[in-house]
Amino acid sequence: MAYSDKVIDHYENPRNVGGFGKEDEGVGTGLVGAPACGDVMKLQIKVSADGIIEDAKFKTFGCGSAIASSSLVTEWVKGKTLDEAAQIKNTEIAQELALPPVKIHCSVLAEDAIKAAIADYRKKTGSESGNGTDTAAE
Amino acid sequence: MTAVTIDKGIIGRGPGEPIYMDYQATTPCDPRVVEKMLPWFTEKFGNPHSRNHYYGWQAEEAVETARAQVAAIIGADAKEIVFTSGATESNNLAIKGVAHFYKAKRDHIVTVVTEHKCVLDTCRHLEQEGFKVTYLPVAKNGLIDLAELESVVTDKTAIVSVMGVNNEIGVIQPLAEIGAICRAKGAFFHTDCAQAAGKIPLDVNAMNIDLMSISGHKLYGPKGIGALYVRRRPRVRLVPLINGGGQERGMRSGTLPTPLCVGLGEACAISKAEMATEGERLRFLRDRLMNGIQARLPEVYLNGDPEQRVPGNLNLSFAFVEGEGLMMGVKDLAVSSGSACTSASLEPSYVLRALGLDAEMAHTSLRFGIGRFTTEADIDYAIDHVVKAVNHLRELSPLWEMHLDGVDLKSIEWAEH
Repeated sequence: MAYSDKVIDHYENPRNVGGFGKEDEGVGTGLVGAPACGDVMKLQIKVSADGIIEDAKFKTFGCGSAIASSSLVTEWVKGKTLDEAAQIKNTEIAQELALPPVKIHCSVLAEDAIKAAIADYRKKTGSESGNGTDTAAE
Repeated sequence: MTAVTIDKGIIGRGPGEPIYMDYQATTPCDPRVVEKMLPWFTEKFGNPHSRNHYYGWQAEEAVETARAQVAAIIGADAKEIVFTSGATESNNLAIKGVAHFYKAKRDHIVTVVTEHKCVLDTCRHLEQEGFKVTYLPVAKNGLIDLAELESVVTDKTAIVSVMGVNNEIGVIQPLAEIGAICRAKGAFFHTDCAQAAGKIPLDVNAMNIDLMSISGHKLYGPKGIGALYVRRRPRVRLVPLINGGGQERGMRSGTLPTPLCVGLGEACAISKAEMATEGERLRFLRDRLMNGIQARLPEVYLNGDPEQRVPGNLNLSFAFVEGEGLMMGVKDLAVSSGSACTSASLEPSYVLRALGLDAEMAHTSLRFGIGRFTTEADIDYAIDHVVKAVNHLRELSPLWEMHLDGVDLKSIEWAEH
């Protein structure tokens, strides 16, 4: 199977590899997938006092498409509010990376990873409602 | 005739091409084989079954020489060799042929869970026809338990089919011991030796083998030809899959493809002559590859028995690195992976799973297949390339990070998707 140039670029030069301390202030962590299924993504966001994602990091165990999907979303979420980030759809990821049908699950997992990171942040900060009025920093 | 000149130095490593390390998938045709084949396409084009003129006799003689060359690598008589289109057809003919011929008295078949799909699928079809099939498990090293085999073979067992060498993990099953058990119980012993013939010494009489499948393109011969050894004493009878003019003693009708037969024969003759020295050379290269990788990377595991294996196969699991991602990283090598993602099924290798390997370890495997045209420089290049790719991917792997932090991955509740 041939990979798209964008997948190859993210695979060879992954953006935002690494992590933040799980307990650090403003950090939300999403860990999705399972080793037995061949895909695990860890995506972390760092949220500023005014509710903007100011930084994101990832680590992924998986195929090239899984690595590229998670690398791409770390770029996309930066500068977004939590609600904006939660709007990112797997179809947009799949389209941007030109993923073939058999790799769509990689983009689904990346979407799940963002949502999980946001949910973790909200849980930590006690703003579980997640209806757009981020009160955590007030 | 124009002489063929093929530069051996570029086979499997042409300019801009990845280094070929997938010799279990297929092998290049040896230039010496191609050279022998060529006249049989053009000036010597006769039908080997034309009994009444020069062209036919010439082709028949070539086919019979080839038959004797095939027989010679397995200690058989030339009359016991049936040419087929390849090992898939040979396996079908052996198992279905015996099952159908003897079904009135014996309706049971024994095989192994790690067999090639063409054996397993054939058995599944026979089950639908009403035959009973026992699928033997394998131990962690990939080998069957002989006591277990002995306990399942009964006076109802028509045929026992166990491969000589596994295509994924390269382990060699104890053929002589299996043959002795089958002979004692009166069941025929078929062995798929697509990966074994020409690689390891085989003797159908010493090993009590009744049927053996051979593939041309796995031993540097052409694709589209194979052979089935069918024992004459005691005689094994088969219901043919293909009916027609009664060629191949009625077991496989159809005009023989003279150039392919000649190619298979020559490939067998070369493999026989070079088996000992080539085996030693490959063992050296295989050990160099494994030791070179393991010296520079922790958490790399060999799949399959370390001793009972062919020299040309190395199947390694690189813990915490997913196989398909790794294949993308080693793009200068043509290898294969047991990972789910490389197959359409999204399931990891059934062979690795049968060894009792966790799905996550099965996902991290690469198969290196080395062979006649692999050089020491190829191996050294591969070591460097693999080490770099694995290190890069481990940097990216959350599982590697957890491993370094001492987290037991089994303690985490993963959301299986």
